[in-house]
Amino acid sequence: MSWADTLAQGLLLGGLYALFAAGLSLVFGIMRLVNLAHGDLIVLGAYLILGIGSALGISPFLAASIALPVMFALGWVLQMALLNRVLGEDILPPLLVTFGLSVVIQNGLLSAFTADSRKLPIGPVEAHSLPLGPVTVGVMPLITFGSAIAVILILNWLFYRTALGRAFRATSDDAVTAQLMGIRPKQIFGMATGIALVVATIAALYLGARANFDPSIGPARLLYAFEAVIIGGLGSLWGTLAGGLVIGVAQTFGAALNPEWQILAGHIAFVAVLLVRPRGLFPRAQD
Amino acid sequence: MKNSHSLLLFVVLVAGLALVPVLGSRALVQDLFMVLCLLVLALNWNMLAGFAGLVSVGQQAFVGIGGYAMFAAVILGGLDPLAGVLIGGVVAMVLSVPVAFFAFRLNGAYFAIGTWAVADIARLGFGQWKALGGGTGTSLPKGAARDMIGADAVKEMLGISAAAATDAMTYWLALALVAVMMLASWLFLRSRMGLGLQAVRDNPVAARSVGVDPLRLKALVFLLTAFGTGICGGLIFIQIGRISPDAAFSLLDWTAFVIFIVVIGGIGTLPGPVIGVLVFYGLEQLLADYGTVYLIVLGCLGIAIMLFARRGLWGAFIERTGFDPLPLGHAAPRPGA
Repeated sequence: MSWADTLAQGLLLGGLYALFAAGLSLVFGIMRLVNLAHGDLIVLGAYLILGIGSALGISPFLAASIALPVMFALGWVLQMALLNRVLGEDILPPLLVTFGLSVVIQNGLLSAFTADSRKLPIGPVEAHSLPLGPVTVGVMPLITFGSAIAVILILNWLFYRTALGRAFRATSDDAVTAQLMGIRPKQIFGMATGIALVVATIAALYLGARANFDPSIGPARLLYAFEAVIIGGLGSLWGTLAGGLVIGVAQTFGAALNPEWQILAGHIAFVAVLLVRPRGLFPRAQD
Repeated sequence: MKNSHSLLLFVVLVAGLALVPVLGSRALVQDLFMVLCLLVLALNWNMLAGFAGLVSVGQQAFVGIGGYAMFAAVILGGLDPLAGVLIGGVVAMVLSVPVAFFAFRLNGAYFAIGTWAVADIARLGFGQWKALGGGTGTSLPKGAARDMIGADAVKEMLGISAAAATDAMTYWLALALVAVMMLASWLFLRSRMGLGLQAVRDNPVAARSVGVDPLRLKALVFLLTAFGTGICGGLIFIQIGRISPDAAFSLLDWTAFVIFIVVIGGIGTLPGPVIGVLVFYGLEQLLADYGTVYLIVLGCLGIAIMLFARRGLWGAFIERTGFDPLPLGHAAPRPGA
């Protein structure tokens, strides 16, 4: 495998990681919530798509479009019923609640679907590839990468060009003053988590289409996603994409040297970036 | 007065538990050994998260490092496993310095992710150590644990098999570790430094204004808990007798369970971990046959506690009764006394 090929594969993998991370980045930017259950929610999304797809006998892409509003509702309910109650000055309660949630979701999936690994059946498109200059890339990874860019463009548009985005930013900057302007922070937070889970469902579709998944893989995905968010700099969605690409490229180069080094190389890139730039590549938010 | 009663109760409890290997079955000894080790880990994590505000999700790093250092001391250095345990603690503490250097750059919640990434690096890194079995791991040499200093004396004294004597030894060491940890935590928290630490937790700005250096205190706690966690890791893997990266650096076994124990018992309270470990053990016995249900129950319990009683069962108990047998503050001197 040539270096150019490895680089291309790494960038495409990074797109998937950016999708894992975009929802986290959004939620953190708005309410400073670190959601340790995000990885397991992505896996939950993958099982939901699988379940809808096989129950109705439709393709995973169609099934995902049904799963999107379901996951949005789940995110909204989760935020309104649970997470809003523990948000506050103290970072401990939200961390521990989402950690508990992670264990509950993981083991709930385990007892419902067993530990067997599954894959989303996306059909012949899986094997298609395109020659792009010196390298050949798979169509699915390319669609994943395109989706990541699209998701980040849409989130940025939402964040900076809409009334909802204005409310997001206002609540993020100063929740009390935002309340004076007639914004209800809790509802805004509910919308944010709902949107984050919509993005997580899109990530779940590509995760399940790319490789096998089982109930236990959530925490590792969460870790890559967080590394992408932190490398990118808090509060910057384009930074999150850049962070995902750094992790993806580091992992594929690590794997090219020695298959055992894939994950390790990603972690080391994360540590290295933070040692040089403690606040990430493109920090926007303070704290 | 109150403190001397608590101390007496503590001594009686420890003495009672010390008799378990003499009176109880070997299975009970092994069960309680694990409970005691989880308690040691919980006491350490509670110091970190509950008192120093350092919510680490990566303490399994130090359990694994302690275990691997002990294995290396025995297999590569030909040392006694007990010396290995001590080395495990020291190595964990030494390695915690670069970890702290890195993780302390991350604020609040991101500290959790940073420590978690470090623990995963340690897991993958130790998996590359071919002399200790690489990714599949290795076992302690046959007889290494039986030839531990003192194991023979225990065997003679109790008239039991060599394997049971090893279990008794590790059990007593774990019990001693619990006792030392509890006493040390209590003394530390009531010392000048401990009060400074709690002041930082309650109001960092006010604490700094009276001359408390939060960073130094937090770094000290991080190093000391790495030592305690590392020692415990060494001890655990003498008893288990086999090590592999996935077992040594298990997030579930050495951090998730520990977090639930502390949260359920009462985070930021000294007796909290003890109450938590009792609940944990009770639930484990009750739900042992339903593996995943057990974890779901633990997770829900942890969430419920965070929603309705932030200071856990012990905190709720103190709030209801107003009775605190282990006060961490100092009572104001009475006028005329």
